[in-house]
Amino acid sequence: MPEDPIATSKKTVPRVNLRRRVVNGAVTCAAAGSVILVLIPLVAVFGYLVYRGIGSVNWAFLTQTPKPVGEAGGGMANAIAGSAFILLIASVIGVPFGIGAGIYLAEYGRNRFGDVIRFTADVLNGVPSIVIGIVAYGIVVLAQGHFSALAGGVALSLMMIPTISRTTEEMLLLVPNSLREASYGLGISRWRTTLSITLRTATSGVITGVMLAFARVAGETAPLLFTAFGNQYWNFSMEQPTAALPLQIFTYAISPFDEWHRQAWAGALVLIVLIVVSVSAVRIAASRGMLKGAN
Amino acid sequence: MPGLTGPKPVAGPQLARDTSLSAIRLKDAGGRLADNVFHGLVLSCALAILAVVGLVLYELISKSQLSWHAFGFKFFLGQNWDPVQDQFGALPFIYGTIVSSLLALILAVPLAIGVAVFTTEMSPRWLRGPLAFTTELLAAIPSVIYGLWAIFVLVPLLRQYVQPWLARYLGWTGLFEGPPYGIGMLAAGIILAIMIVPIVSSITREVMTAVSQQQRESVLALGATRWEMIRMGVLRNARAGIMGGVILGLGRALGETMALTMVIGNRPEIARSLFAPGYTMASVIANEFSEATGNLYLSALIEVGLALFLVTMVVNILAQLLVWSVTRGAPARTHA
Repeated sequence: MPEDPIATSKKTVPRVNLRRRVVNGAVTCAAAGSVILVLIPLVAVFGYLVYRGIGSVNWAFLTQTPKPVGEAGGGMANAIAGSAFILLIASVIGVPFGIGAGIYLAEYGRNRFGDVIRFTADVLNGVPSIVIGIVAYGIVVLAQGHFSALAGGVALSLMMIPTISRTTEEMLLLVPNSLREASYGLGISRWRTTLSITLRTATSGVITGVMLAFARVAGETAPLLFTAFGNQYWNFSMEQPTAALPLQIFTYAISPFDEWHRQAWAGALVLIVLIVVSVSAVRIAASRGMLKGAN
Repeated sequence: MPGLTGPKPVAGPQLARDTSLSAIRLKDAGGRLADNVFHGLVLSCALAILAVVGLVLYELISKSQLSWHAFGFKFFLGQNWDPVQDQFGALPFIYGTIVSSLLALILAVPLAIGVAVFTTEMSPRWLRGPLAFTTELLAAIPSVIYGLWAIFVLVPLLRQYVQPWLARYLGWTGLFEGPPYGIGMLAAGIILAIMIVPIVSSITREVMTAVSQQQRESVLALGATRWEMIRMGVLRNARAGIMGGVILGLGRALGETMALTMVIGNRPEIARSLFAPGYTMASVIANEFSEATGNLYLSALIEVGLALFLVTMVVNILAQLLVWSVTRGAPARTHA
């Protein structure tokens, strides 16, 4: 019967002395303890969201606009729709630019200039969101003369572009070169190969990146404060100030009214459910295999 | 030959028929034009990123000129922020940003490294995925929701239990004195710490994974315990990258806006006690920008934004270089 190699090696190694073993155990406990300490706020945040929010999420909340101060009832329907509207504008601007830049970086940018772009994208990714708000204010709000949904969408799109371009690049680089070569071998031009072979193969990965960027900006509040600005009523015009879920949560949370606090929790619950659902969907899609066509 | 000069075959069936010819036509003019157009198109998308950063700089610099000419460098040293008198000094905000960020780092870094060490080196294999996912989830919670939670859960907790305790036992340091409002620098630091743990720990995890397995095995072969292996084999090799992760967390903390605005108290004063309310650079922009009357007021706020941008940019670049030095150019994922 062959002996277990690990078991034998344990026997031959001299036993480590007590102090070292105690230190080892203590550090293991400390590391496990820090995991628990980090999980506490997570559980607390989610627990409170559900506990305070669930009772207030009802039909009226999802279908009505806010009531004036002092009146009970009303909802955040306009803010939910407004958020969707702003995110739509942001995606229409941000997704093509992000994917285009990602294609450039992966297919043409394996050089010094590509490094410059990559570096700049990382810098843009690190710009505080409130500063992005100032820029969108400068280029859209000042030009138009008033706050608008468009300004909010532009601000969020500026935050989406670097995230999407870097993930698109990563996903395209995962596509094996043999696929590209096979396509060139058939005489297919480079642009056609990139779009129909490389990008097509990496589709689910690219979508993952887009969803992550989407989830990240969906909860952004700071860049909307002085771009989309908020609105008590329905609005579906690009030209008008628009309510947004995170803005509404902020306004209600810092207000002195209990009724508004209740609605802030409900809004937060709706927002987090939307975000977590999209992030989890992405995780599941990603674990099913990024590159379906590659193997 | 027919087809030689025609448009390039594009669709599937047509493609199959033409393959024998297209090898010869590899460099025909139409195809090259389409290739160049496509190259130009994606290049302009990439250039847009450069343009956006350029635009950010241009907007901030040009619109803060008024304030810069009025106050010069004293803007950053002045303590008086008085919109009514048109007097603007940004020191209280700079102080608040630095103190809240440092407090957050002190609280978050040991925890984040602990989490990373546990997930990469100690946890059973089946637990790794869920743990990584949970920390990602923590990063996906929007700032405004952390703020909401902090206002209604964290702040009352601090006011009733933590602050009286701190005042009694650590009051002599001068850091924990004054009335326990709950709201203030301490609450800001704590909520900020919760928010930056995921980023620091995910970068730390990334650089620790990048350390080669041989390092671990060779230290273990010398008879090291697991902790000694982690300390000598992993942490020592990854320290530059971990430093990068910490600095990246700092960059995130400096620019964080909503949660802080909701709990820091928003009072432009410099106080030694962490119980006292403060104000940060990002918060003052968030609170006052849309109400700023007068060009000088707006310009002063934008100058605060410019300072914030430059500081976070330097911090982020430094962090990026450190992370790259360990992962050898593999791109650092700075988000969930």
